[in-house]
Amino acid sequence: MDNKIRVVITGVGLTAPNANNLKDFREALLTQKSGITEMEVRYVGKVAAGNCNFDEYLYQKKKMRRRGTRAGSISIYCAHEALKDSGLSLEALVKNRTGIYLGITEHGNVETENEIYELHKNNLDASLWSHHHNPRTVANTPAGEVSLNMGITGPAYTIGAACAAGNIGIIHGMQMLQLGEADLAIAGGVSESTGTFGIFAGFKSQGALGSHEDPTLASRPLDINRNGIVVSEGGAVFILERLEDALKRGAKIYGEIAGYHVNSDAVDFVLPDTQRQVECMNAAMTKAKITANDIDIVNLHATGTVSGDENECEAVRAVFGQSENTYINCTKGFIGHAMGAAGALELAGNLPSFIDNKIHSCKHIESVDPKCEVRNLVNGNPEEKDVSFILSNSFGMLGINSVLIVKKIKQ
Amino acid sequence: MDYQTIRKKIIDIIAEIAIDEDLSNLDDNIRLREQLDMDSMDFLDVVMELKKRYKIEVPTEDYMKLATLKSCIEYLGPKFAFSA
Repeated sequence: MDNKIRVVITGVGLTAPNANNLKDFREALLTQKSGITEMEVRYVGKVAAGNCNFDEYLYQKKKMRRRGTRAGSISIYCAHEALKDSGLSLEALVKNRTGIYLGITEHGNVETENEIYELHKNNLDASLWSHHHNPRTVANTPAGEVSLNMGITGPAYTIGAACAAGNIGIIHGMQMLQLGEADLAIAGGVSESTGTFGIFAGFKSQGALGSHEDPTLASRPLDINRNGIVVSEGGAVFILERLEDALKRGAKIYGEIAGYHVNSDAVDFVLPDTQRQVECMNAAMTKAKITANDIDIVNLHATGTVSGDENECEAVRAVFGQSENTYINCTKGFIGHAMGAAGALELAGNLPSFIDNKIHSCKHIESVDPKCEVRNLVNGNPEEKDVSFILSNSFGMLGINSVLIVKKIKQ
Repeated sequence: MDYQTIRKKIIDIIAEIAIDEDLSNLDDNIRLREQLDMDSMDFLDVVMELKKRYKIEVPTEDYMKLATLKSCIEYLGPKFAFSA
């Protein structure tokens, strides 16, 4: 990138439906472990979904959990885990020079739905509406809860970007470090989506809710028999530092954010646009000063919808069709679609490739849709390969596209 | 309704709000905020629970009467009697 200030990832904290830390997450992805189970959703019934089982009270008092939100709780867990992983201590952080930047798909639906449910139980007596409603539903809540919990007094806010938000939280964190607005960024994406019936009901009405009698097979991106999205919750938060600062303190470095791009389709509320996705991937590689064949892994957005997967694979064929070096995988078959957390979680799941030289497979695709065939699709067993560049796609409703490229740093 | 019965009802509400706290040795004459980690939002929770559970209304101007357990019991006693 033209900006000479290089930014690196020095800590990872996460919770996914199949793991609560990076080591276990990587292991789950390498061994085909699904985190999808069946759950009962109010008004909708039984659905396949991905829920996390981290300890909410590891870093948070019960009272504050009660006062806050699930997204806040996920954020707090991930932020503490990331900081611990980075080797930095909370006490030693310069609190007013630390920024918290979290991508979200949506926030507030869980609380609003619950309040309306209670309102009906209370015979529409609005005087019983919770005074916690507003602080729980303002859009900055997940980041604000981290700030309150950790005593961080720098900027703390969320970035709403539909399902591209995980990538964009990281991109924004990097930019704030480059601008000198913060010296350390706690950045990533979170989602509490399984707590809202509306997202399930909405996808169902749209004909885009993934289902299967075996819930572990409900999320089947690229499969000829895929039938939609499996909604999940989760979070992945990274500690970002300037390379210079990280080297100075001898930090473990997962990788450098080498390129990125964000653009918009400007054509439809929900349907993706192949050409804009192509442009987004190409622009990210231009910023990273590399070409398609330099990329070792393309982690697809691939949600499991019929048209979304087709469009993205068409875009990937256009960009990487001639790239012998590039291998393609996707993650949602294991964890479902973690919405605002998806991009960040999926990047985290691939970062260990820089160290273990393996590319995790897609969750085994029984029969790849011919319209989704791409060169070097990793399907079944992990691929052994030296990895220097990972490109991660995350796209979202209203036509937002984001691409992130992370580069191996040789230490 | 006697003092101890009302006290238990109030303690039951506080237990749900100040979940992390030990409520076994509360002094009825000392302000709750001095004994527990409770802020204004917590007191609003107490007011809301009184309304939900017992249909007892506490107007804003009377919030100060919930300062200690003793003042709570003295203030809420007649209201509990009425709600019962």
